[in-house]
Amino acid sequence: MSLPPLTTLPNPIRPAFTKGLTPGSVIVNIGPSHPATHGTIQIVAEISGERVVRTDVHCGYLHRGFEKECESHTWHTLIPYVDRLNYCSALINDFAYCEAVEKLLGIELTPRCRHLRTLLAEYSRIADHLTCVAAALMEMGAMTAFLYLVTIRDYVYEHIADLTGARVTHSYGRIGGLARDLPDGWLQRLEEILEQMDTFVDRVHGLVDRNRIFIDRMRDIGVIATAEAINWGFTGPILRSTGAPRDLRKDTPYLSYGELEFEIPVGIKGDNYDRYYVRMREIDESKHMIRQLIDLLQPGPLCVDDRRCTLPDKQAVYTEIEALINHFKLIMEGPQVPAGEAYSAHEGANGELGFYLVSVGGGVPWKVHCRSPSFVHVGGVHRMLDGYQLADLVPTFGSINMIGGECDR
Amino acid sequence: MSATTPVPRQDKSAAFEYLTTRKDEFVGWARKFSLFPYPFVTACCAMEFMSVSSTLYDTDRFGAALPRFTPRQSDLLMVVGTVSHKQAPILRKVYEQMCEPKWVIAFGVCATSGGFYQNYAALPGIDKIIPVDLYIPGCPPRPEMVIDGIMKLQDKIACERHPIINKDF
Amino acid sequence: MITGENLLDRVQASLGAQALETGMAHGILVLQVEPESLVAVVGRLKQEFGFDLFLDVTAVDWPQRRPRFDVVYHFYSTRDFVRVRLKTRVEEADPTVDTLVPLYGSARYMERECHEMYGIRFRGNDDLRPLLLYEGFIGHPLRKDYPKQQEQPLVPYRDVKP
Repeated sequence: MSLPPLTTLPNPIRPAFTKGLTPGSVIVNIGPSHPATHGTIQIVAEISGERVVRTDVHCGYLHRGFEKECESHTWHTLIPYVDRLNYCSALINDFAYCEAVEKLLGIELTPRCRHLRTLLAEYSRIADHLTCVAAALMEMGAMTAFLYLVTIRDYVYEHIADLTGARVTHSYGRIGGLARDLPDGWLQRLEEILEQMDTFVDRVHGLVDRNRIFIDRMRDIGVIATAEAINWGFTGPILRSTGAPRDLRKDTPYLSYGELEFEIPVGIKGDNYDRYYVRMREIDESKHMIRQLIDLLQPGPLCVDDRRCTLPDKQAVYTEIEALINHFKLIMEGPQVPAGEAYSAHEGANGELGFYLVSVGGGVPWKVHCRSPSFVHVGGVHRMLDGYQLADLVPTFGSINMIGGECDR
Repeated sequence: MSATTPVPRQDKSAAFEYLTTRKDEFVGWARKFSLFPYPFVTACCAMEFMSVSSTLYDTDRFGAALPRFTPRQSDLLMVVGTVSHKQAPILRKVYEQMCEPKWVIAFGVCATSGGFYQNYAALPGIDKIIPVDLYIPGCPPRPEMVIDGIMKLQDKIACERHPIINKDF
Repeated sequence: MITGENLLDRVQASLGAQALETGMAHGILVLQVEPESLVAVVGRLKQEFGFDLFLDVTAVDWPQRRPRFDVVYHFYSTRDFVRVRLKTRVEEADPTVDTLVPLYGSARYMERECHEMYGIRFRGNDDLRPLLLYEGFIGHPLRKDYPKQQEQPLVPYRDVKP
């Protein structure tokens, strides 16, 4: 079963430095197959003793050619690719992309669709924060907290699978609406899960919040100030942890966020502990928003009644010729989106998730560009790694929630 | 039989064959229930890998939960997620750093065949660069499928020959 | 949102003279400038109008048109919550624009990505190593004339028996 070993394997990167600045320092390579760098980041660090002098962060090991792939698919069939960008919170990507296309088409969503999209976006955000905190805690050795959070996340996944058909990468958003409506009993199960989530998250708070070891490892580590964070492009929980209450859901409300009442948790210092705590508080705020949305949901049509993008009813497709032709054209050629360009940004779990679409008036896009928060954060993470200890690299990197699919697209 | 196939030795007694078969069964039983996976994790399948290692769908029941994050100490390479061309030398190096006996699971459809990323960036299946023992399709595969896959791999290990001295030793 | 609209009107009035054309595209003000005046306009956007968050730089390839590439920038103001888009056109023969690294730190990685995908050179950014692609990759994959399935494997393929 053994292969003849290759005597030389090519090095896919060129590090920025090969010699140390300070005498006696060592250049160490961390990653890219490493448990704490989420499998796809390589950090070439210059270490002097235990202190990190400077780092060179390399991403791109999960570059899958998203933009090129999108240019050969119709506006509808590229929704699974969009899903796999930030795979921890797949629904937020779906809805951000669909809203950009709806801007180009000039479509306004039905109220039920808006509320449901907001509810599912918050549900996805909870799943993403649970994953991020679980992974960060596991990398520091707190295995119990990881198991608690992944258990409750699994209930969330099974529940979303009841609705969308898939546990992780759902592909549920459609241009002009959603794939299907809620099944019976879905909202009751949602209430049950939110209550169970209270129990599990409280256990983790009890284990970790005032734990001496956790505070020593996270407080005053990876500190970044607000002005510097904005200069390096940080958005989302990282910017909020520095003390700036910037959140696209409040600043530029979209979907149903204008009708909801929620707070924006902010940190005080911009260190790892603040980022952890901001995410935990955001889970609470999302739960609060979901409960408000369950009350706001009214029965009504889900998809907008626009034959440019909405697939006609199956019964009509089987019996009427116009519906059949409409269905055929939508599937084979894709929805005909008028020429133009649009940029639409949502508050993803990591920050500003934007889609810049260029259309030349056909069923296939000319360009689909994703402005991903993780990519920009990886560009600025060296400000949080330099000057700290080698062991601090792990919790700092875990706290910025770098998602490979989103970073490398 | 072709001319290059070695002719089996005729002088082995039935008792010897019986003992080596029993030895293979015993070693196979021990190896299949103490798999040390190296999770070579890249993409979305990682979410399902985390789920399958956790409490609800436990791989610890099969002895395959304790990940060794160094290839020198592990015997099961689970390639979880898409491998791009940039990552391919890394995967090859990790595979070569593992000691015999070793098995490879291609977890997810991107590791099996490139998935639906048929473009310049993604490797169209890891079996283009390393030999694979088990393919688990799915995008991402449900945890039950992963457990079924691990059980099939365990059957394969149980039925393999386990020479104590192989040709490289 | 009144602040936002006022801000966009002020930007349009003040920079409109320098811009080749201005317009609104689905809620975002778009300014088209010459590549030479790019850094000056961006500096004014940052200092005078408070567009402190640099969101994105990317390029669009129009192979049938001359100049071929559109380099597109997006900026956001965290004080007034509005976005603005800046576009500039560069030729295929000399696709060079000035870098924004002295103004915004986040420009470093984004310009690297734009360079390796489209071949746009950023004058002044001396770190244009491949970021998402790897050393030894020849070509610029997001250009329209690069075939999607053209792979450049780093590790030679082995024979796979079915």
